[in-house]
Amino acid sequence: MSASTQANSLHRQRQWALYGSYAALAVFVIIFLVPPFYTIITSLKSSAEISAQDGSPWMVKNPSLENFWYLITYSNFQTYYLNSVMITAVTVVVSMVISVLAAFSLSRMGFWGSGVLSTVVFLTYLVPPSLLFIPLFQIVGSLGLINSVWCLILLYPTLAVPFCTWIMIGYFSSIPKELDEAALIDGANYIQILTKIFIPVAMPGIIAATIFAFTVAWGAFLYPLAYLYTSNQMVLTVGIISDLIRGDVFQWGKIMAACLLASLPPIVIYACLMDYYVAGLTAGATKG
Amino acid sequence: MAGSSGIAATMTPPGAGRVPMGMMQRFLQRRSTIAFLLCLPLILLVAGFVIYPAFYAIYLSMLNKKMTAFVGLGNFAFLLKRHTFQLVIFQSCLFAITAVMMKALLGFILAHLMHNIPSTNQKIWRGLLLVPWVIPLALSTLTWWWMFDPSYSAFNWILNQFGLDNVPWLGVGWIARLCTITVNVWFGTPFFMIMYLAALKSVPEQLYEAAAIDGASAVQKLIFVTLPMMRNIISITVLFSLITTFADFDIVRILTGGGPQDMTHVFATYAFQVGIQSGDIPLGAADSLFMFPILAFAAFFVLRGVTQRTKEIAT
Repeated sequence: MSASTQANSLHRQRQWALYGSYAALAVFVIIFLVPPFYTIITSLKSSAEISAQDGSPWMVKNPSLENFWYLITYSNFQTYYLNSVMITAVTVVVSMVISVLAAFSLSRMGFWGSGVLSTVVFLTYLVPPSLLFIPLFQIVGSLGLINSVWCLILLYPTLAVPFCTWIMIGYFSSIPKELDEAALIDGANYIQILTKIFIPVAMPGIIAATIFAFTVAWGAFLYPLAYLYTSNQMVLTVGIISDLIRGDVFQWGKIMAACLLASLPPIVIYACLMDYYVAGLTAGATKG
Repeated sequence: MAGSSGIAATMTPPGAGRVPMGMMQRFLQRRSTIAFLLCLPLILLVAGFVIYPAFYAIYLSMLNKKMTAFVGLGNFAFLLKRHTFQLVIFQSCLFAITAVMMKALLGFILAHLMHNIPSTNQKIWRGLLLVPWVIPLALSTLTWWWMFDPSYSAFNWILNQFGLDNVPWLGVGWIARLCTITVNVWFGTPFFMIMYLAALKSVPEQLYEAAAIDGASAVQKLIFVTLPMMRNIISITVLFSLITTFADFDIVRILTGGGPQDMTHVFATYAFQVGIQSGDIPLGAADSLFMFPILAFAAFFVLRGVTQRTKEIAT
């Protein structure tokens, strides 16, 4: 009798702990989602409604899509979007090729100094972009690439490759050695082992690394701000700021709509592939 | 072997004709040679755009403004004497330490809350909590800026509803400092949460059972089981976050541009203002380089601790 009441109260305690966790999580979620919510609200307001400045800023009286329509038909914004897509796509492809080849070599084949190189790769990941942007400004300038999207294509891989290589080394190392030994006996060469065995088996890692490279290239702000200055070369992160803020005139409705449109690709990608990204991120860290 | 000989043919350097072909081919088919060639793009990238610029930065930092004369450590001495730069050092440290501590604490709480709920429900909550981390920081900072807007602040409107006065969010030094830290905490907490959650899941359930049999309380379980098991992930996560927060550029640049009265400048934004906007490249390079010893110091100690613990576990 007493045992069952004890079990009952324990059960009830657990239930309350569970409800408490949900309540606390809900509070956090609400706080975390305030800025995105406010972005959406503002993006639906007309310029007149924003400049009237009466009533609650958290509500929208006459929702309209005019800001979105303006941006979609605005040629500068189209250019920024296309530049962002192009630079990101090239960066992702280049970074992935470099890091998959290097990770395969470092995790399986090895050569004189490959251990040192692995350490260097990890330490390179720890170098923040803001540490070297001034010498890189001079280097990019001497290459004649200031104010050209090509300087970003050249520089973005340095931000993505170290971590991608690091993740891929982890995934490749977890593939059993017997697999490539069997392939070698069957007469496969290293390139075949890489493309036929390693890449398919380590696909989750490749997806995680690709998402990382995408995130870095899509969201980078310092390099484009420092190296680009005309609107035909700009990308979304800097284009929105330099184009929609003219002097003291802030077109907040349009800025927020632009932020929303620019955040859409990362949000969609994370919504679909979050599990891979989280797994890759945590695997990369625990193997450090 | 058709594939590898094809590779060997394309990789043959000029002047290879002098070497007997058989030897060259054997050299190129050697395992270590192929391994090196596969790493070559990585090596070139790191050498060209990380290591070379690092040394170039040291050289640049020792030139005068017009980059015509060598001034030794003059730029560093000049910066250290400047009041603005002293503010930069203080704000960078305050910003990084406060923000990382807040993120580590909130991330820890969130990870525990997530760990409490059934794993089938975790996915949707995790997705919602990751939103700040997913939106590009430069864009979400714009929204924060708009919420802090002096004339029509969304936060001030709420304060007014409770009968409170307007707060000049970005107009007064210390409040602006708190605002930059808040935005950083908002952005970075999800990262800590997912790292800690992965660590929590990797703690074997038996340890908790053993602790429960020994009569450990919840707090004791946390201090003697959870925290020691999570130490490596905690230190790595703190290190990653410390570096990115310390070197942060986006938030301060967009939110305050360094103002008011240069009170929110951090190393990166000040280097941008001095080096790119005012055109004093050497001074900007010197400013950035101040970050290096601090970051290297943090990285050295954290990584040494992690490798030591990994060795202890292995033996």
